Amino acid sequence: MAIDKVLVAIFGVLGIFFTYWFFLMKKDKIVEAQDSIDIIVEGGYSPQVISVPKGKITKLNFIRKDPSDCLEEVIMPDFKVRRHLPLNQKITVEIKPGQSGEFGFACGMNMFHGKIFVR
Amino acid sequence: MSEKKLTFGIKGMTCASCVRVLEKTLSRIEGVSSATVNFATEQATVVYDPEKVDPKNFESEVANVGYKALVEGGAEDVDEQKKEKQKELNSLRNKVVVSLILGGLILWGSFPGLMDTAPAILQNFWVQLILATPVQFWAGLGFYKATIPALRHRTANMDTLVAIGTTVAYGYSAFVTVFPEIVKSIGMDPFPYFDVATIIIGLILLGRYFEAKAKAGTSEAIKKLIGLQAKTARVLRGGKEVDIPIDQVIIGDIVRVRPGEKIPVDGVIVEGESSIDESMVTGESLPVDKNKGDTVVGATINRTGTFNFRATKVGQETMLAQIIRLVQEAQGSKAPIQRIADLVSSYFVPIVIMLAIVTFVIWYDFGPAPALLFSLLNTVAVLIIACPCAMGLATPTAIMVGTGKGAENGILIKDAESLETAHKLNSVIFDKTGTLTKGKPEITDIMVVNPGVIAIPTLRRGKQSQKDRRADARDDVLRLAASIEKGSEHSLAEAIVKAAEEQKIEVLPVTQFKAIAGHGVEGVVDGKQIFLGNRKLMERENVTINSYISQIEKLESEGKTVMMLAASPYHPERSEGSQLAGLIAVADTVKETAREGVEALQKLGIEVAMITGDNQRTANAIAKKVGIKRVFAEVLPDQKEAEVRKIQQEGKVVAMVGDGINDAPALAAADIGIAMGTGTDVAIEAADITLINKDLRSVAQAINLSKKTMRTIKLNLFWAFGYNVSLIPVAMGILYPFFGILLNPIFASIAMATSSISVVFNSLLLKRFKI
Repeated sequence: MAIDKVLVAIFGVLGIFFTYWFFLMKKDKIVEAQDSIDIIVEGGYSPQVISVPKGKITKLNFIRKDPSDCLEEVIMPDFKVRRHLPLNQKITVEIKPGQSGEFGFACGMNMFHGKIFVR
Repeated sequence: MSEKKLTFGIKGMTCASCVRVLEKTLSRIEGVSSATVNFATEQATVVYDPEKVDPKNFESEVANVGYKALVEGGAEDVDEQKKEKQKELNSLRNKVVVSLILGGLILWGSFPGLMDTAPAILQNFWVQLILATPVQFWAGLGFYKATIPALRHRTANMDTLVAIGTTVAYGYSAFVTVFPEIVKSIGMDPFPYFDVATIIIGLILLGRYFEAKAKAGTSEAIKKLIGLQAKTARVLRGGKEVDIPIDQVIIGDIVRVRPGEKIPVDGVIVEGESSIDESMVTGESLPVDKNKGDTVVGATINRTGTFNFRATKVGQETMLAQIIRLVQEAQGSKAPIQRIADLVSSYFVPIVIMLAIVTFVIWYDFGPAPALLFSLLNTVAVLIIACPCAMGLATPTAIMVGTGKGAENGILIKDAESLETAHKLNSVIFDKTGTLTKGKPEITDIMVVNPGVIAIPTLRRGKQSQKDRRADARDDVLRLAASIEKGSEHSLAEAIVKAAEEQKIEVLPVTQFKAIAGHGVEGVVDGKQIFLGNRKLMERENVTINSYISQIEKLESEGKTVMMLAASPYHPERSEGSQLAGLIAVADTVKETAREGVEALQKLGIEVAMITGDNQRTANAIAKKVGIKRVFAEVLPDQKEAEVRKIQQEGKVVAMVGDGINDAPALAAADIGIAMGTGTDVAIEAADITLINKDLRSVAQAINLSKKTMRTIKLNLFWAFGYNVSLIPVAMGILYPFFGILLNPIFASIAMATSSISVVFNSLLLKRFKI
């Protein structure tokens, strides 16, 4: 096998490992929300993993800076929330979780995800 | 970002000093640059930065200092959203037009077979580079804008795939154009593929344009509901009619409505009568006649008469506001069937990128010459054809259309899970009173069996004929029954009290009143211990009814509920054996839609049962009238839940249909609780499905809607998964060794664009489903 083919094969395998590591093995930093927290919506959610207290109202302020259609809605199925996020506006979603656990939220097309840990 | 100005009503101000408190509170909110409050108009005007503060925060801040801000978002939000969406769509359309024109020109100048007909200038690679560059970096800017921050978060979506795919095609073509000698030196023809990059961008944007337009249709129902809200109300204040914004109407206001006008809020008619079109809220197509004392619902339309009504529910408390909230919540919920799509989509894009790398390596190492070109084009095809959007849209779009369709027809579905469970139902239990029947029973027979026991000496009647004496005894039965039932809230009690009022029979004072659940009532009237109730009560009090059993059974077999009145002289220390004094038969009319509703369910292969506290004979008679074969009679209110569970243990998926208030535990125990509701909080909370139209045929319609929605979801998921599972391998070139077939990246982009549109369109087809 020619050297270029060997190199392509090696880089290909490395590329696959890198893709796996880059997208699927990331560790999310949990950000603790007190009464309210700003979540920047740009290529995902920042912060992506939020910890909120149980039984208390927490205000999640979504500010969408990304014009992508995908992110124009945020859906929090466990809290029965579907909100339109106008560009560059702060939209507050109030949640009062009744039970502890891990609850997901996502964009309207279910491409970008975030997590809420209720403690 | 420019600042915005918002004016909204404030309730609860009592003096001018409130103004200062409110201004201070509002000004302190981060993002608010100025706030002025007008005491006279009870309004606040706030200038704020929308990027820093959501106007909804004003409500909670104002509430913290003891006032109420009426920041009505509803209709305005929808208008603004619509404008914003239109702006986005216009910009998208421009990008589509420019990229398809430029892409078309490049394609003409470069596509084998076509290029010979093209002017020489279009065949020039440098010209193609110039034409392709704005498409790649202006029209396609959105893909990069989404990709870069996503990569920063170590996430990826469809934009990432398109950005990588088109950049590879554009980058290779640009390299070939700028450095043709280098390409030649490795034995390749220096031929660019700008057409691939530009046409892909044009077609994907075109797909997005149609998708966005179609997606707007999925949330149409909620927009329609919000649009139903009236904007102003004509209230009587200080003897004058004044038109005020709807958010300033307060409970107790007298509102005047003229023919053709929209009723602004919920209330009770105090003067006048009219025929009202409630179809927009309840789905009921025929206008309803309303008189003094009847309730009217906000957002419905007054057709003929003029009337005044007292506002009883305003703002977020109105039925329309509750319906909107419920539909919004349902559309934000997730159906269990979506779990699999969720799982796949969380790994999808990284897996596609890995497959694209595999494709490149395989084609480069084992493919035919020119290997680099084949590997590049096939890698681009894999990246472009993958469509995670279709999977993401498959379930939610159908849920949105399904729940919206339900709401338009007076069927409110609490969440996606209920919608999903409803299609599995194979047993429906109806509560009798108020559900199958109108819940407004009327007295049909009064029989005196022992006048001596109940004669009321305090009423002096003088000398009477036998006929008069019989009539008096009958009146006494009704008088005692009405007296004792006066304090009861049971629907049978209402019938007795109403009959007494109509016959102008005065009731007597009652002491020691006691209601015995599932039995009846007892109390002391005119020195007599009175018991009024069913057989169970008579058995409990050892009252013999044997001599009258045939009369009782005859009435019961006619579907009437027989209440027995027993009495004995009252002694505080000891109880004396009571004797049966009279019988009162009460009949409730079966709803017009009951039989049809039951038949519709039976046609769907669903077993229909009836549950009631009535005795077996009465229950059987009613069940026969409506065509129900399985009857649970003499069930105490607290036992209904247990009966529901018993049927569930038979392996059935059970729906319980009740009024949502008395049946709350049974509704909660059932797999699906259906409330024939009035839109009250209690009913909506307890039920999975609320039928605000009170039409029994809607039970089958709701189940049909669920079946249809689930079929749409399954078809969407099958299409979305099937599309990706079958076409990604084709794009990788799996057919090439056998048939020599390869997928041109341009066709890949056509397939991708149509795939998500077809999912949305399939969901929109639900709109055409006739309920």
